[in-house]
Amino acid sequence: MTDSKYDEIMQLLCDRLSSLTNTHIEITPETNLISQLSIDSIKLLNLIMEVEDAFDISIPINALADVQTVRELVDLIYKIKTTA
Amino acid sequence: MNLLEKLDAAAAARKALLPDGVGAFGIPIEEVYSATEARIGDRRVLLLGTNNYLGLTFAPECISAAHAAIDREGTGTTGSRMANGSYHGHRALEKEFAEFYHCTSGIVFTTGYQANLGTISGLVGSGDTVLIDSDSHASIYDGCILSGADIVRFKHNDVADLEKRLRRLGDRVETTLVIAEGIYSMLGDQAPLADIVRLKKAYQFTLLLDEAHSLGVLGETGQGLVEKTGLLDEVDFITGTFSKSLCSIGGYCVSNHPQLEQLRYVSHPYIFTASPSPATIASTRAALELLRKGGHLRKQLWDNCTQLYEKLKQSGYVVGPDPGPVIAAILDTPQQALLLWRNLLEHNIYVNLILPPAAPEGKSLVRCSVNAAHTPEQMSYVGDVFSKLRSLVN
Ligand SMILES: Cc1ncc(COP(=O)(O)O)c(C=O)c1O
Repeated sequence: MTDSKYDEIMQLLCDRLSSLTNTHIEITPETNLISQLSIDSIKLLNLIMEVEDAFDISIPINALADVQTVRELVDLIYKIKTTA
Repeated sequence: MNLLEKLDAAAAARKALLPDGVGAFGIPIEEVYSATEARIGDRRVLLLGTNNYLGLTFAPECISAAHAAIDREGTGTTGSRMANGSYHGHRALEKEFAEFYHCTSGIVFTTGYQANLGTISGLVGSGDTVLIDSDSHASIYDGCILSGADIVRFKHNDVADLEKRLRRLGDRVETTLVIAEGIYSMLGDQAPLADIVRLKKAYQFTLLLDEAHSLGVLGETGQGLVEKTGLLDEVDFITGTFSKSLCSIGGYCVSNHPQLEQLRYVSHPYIFTASPSPATIASTRAALELLRKGGHLRKQLWDNCTQLYEKLKQSGYVVGPDPGPVIAAILDTPQQALLLWRNLLEHNIYVNLILPPAAPEGKSLVRCSVNAAHTPEQMSYVGDVFSKLRSLVN
């Protein structure tokens, strides 16, 4: 699952996450959104709206229950984008 | 981290925000004198942090109705409607609510929170979609979560954003419930109902409007935003609460869809909880009657709202977009909001402090709720104190 779409999603998310969090932690696919980046729930929900617009998809926020890391979020978006 | 340590960590984060343990949350109110005054510690304070919009907390009609109901039927129903029976009052209040909204069905819930939980989770389920405003009340979020439906948010009061998200849903719109609020409790602004109804006609979704803060406040007879906009017939389900303008506890849902009745058999927040007590129902019925005839109360309320809203604006505060009974001064940092809140209390004015993440967009709010019982003198005093404190938070 490393086609260009997947990489594009990963890139966009990493960029948005680093500007949202202002941290010096390097963001990798394994970074935990909550424990490492301290993304609060509202910030995460707003990020999801941005991603929906960037890729013209619907991401139900209940699907986030299983998402902890950056990679898991990218997987979810990729799955929705490619089955849309 | 074990479960208790996780709570400790959350407590530490809260204490970091409110360093010297200021009791901004859950402040003890020692005595209540009237709809507008109470004692906090040894201060007699002006209450501007209640949702008592029509000022009816001490209405003699409501108090005597509650007394009589306790004498007649006791203090509690001791169980749920389904298992332990529906009292005459429950059924009468449901009929009165349906009649008030010219609807065929009405259901009473034990709280407004449960009205949203019960209605939403009764209407949608797994495989369906709810499209909700991003500033929705927690009871709407929780109702959606309980339902198991897919939850999609649209930008607060942004109709173009709502349409974009509807378009993306494609055929799924048929099983989509869109939810908005008459008046939003954070900034006091109103939903763009006419535009939402226009989209409803184009996309054919089901529409639920929560009139929690607008009941008694908007419209000639106080139905809420549906009445103010003349769009009552276009909204599928209306929910609301007794806890604000009706000054008791409970919630309702009304509709012209006969399917609403089915909620009594499927909706856990309706079934698995005790029904409202006789006194609660009796005072709510009396208050609903006062609310319907309360044109003079709404006029007094709106005079007060406009006076304070304009004063805050003139004094240089950033306020919400619409004047109304919820007037929020929007501040950039929690420290500014805390400073203002604390100084208002020093001046014997009690308002609400709302910090992130509860406040929208990372801002902090000092929120006033105005009511019909506030006198013009009380409103001037509050306005003058806000004005005096402006430089402090700049
Ligand atoms: C918009 C909205 N809906 C529902 C509720 C819940 O009402 P209740 O206090 O009756 O549980 C509230 C108030 O808390 C509210 O602000």
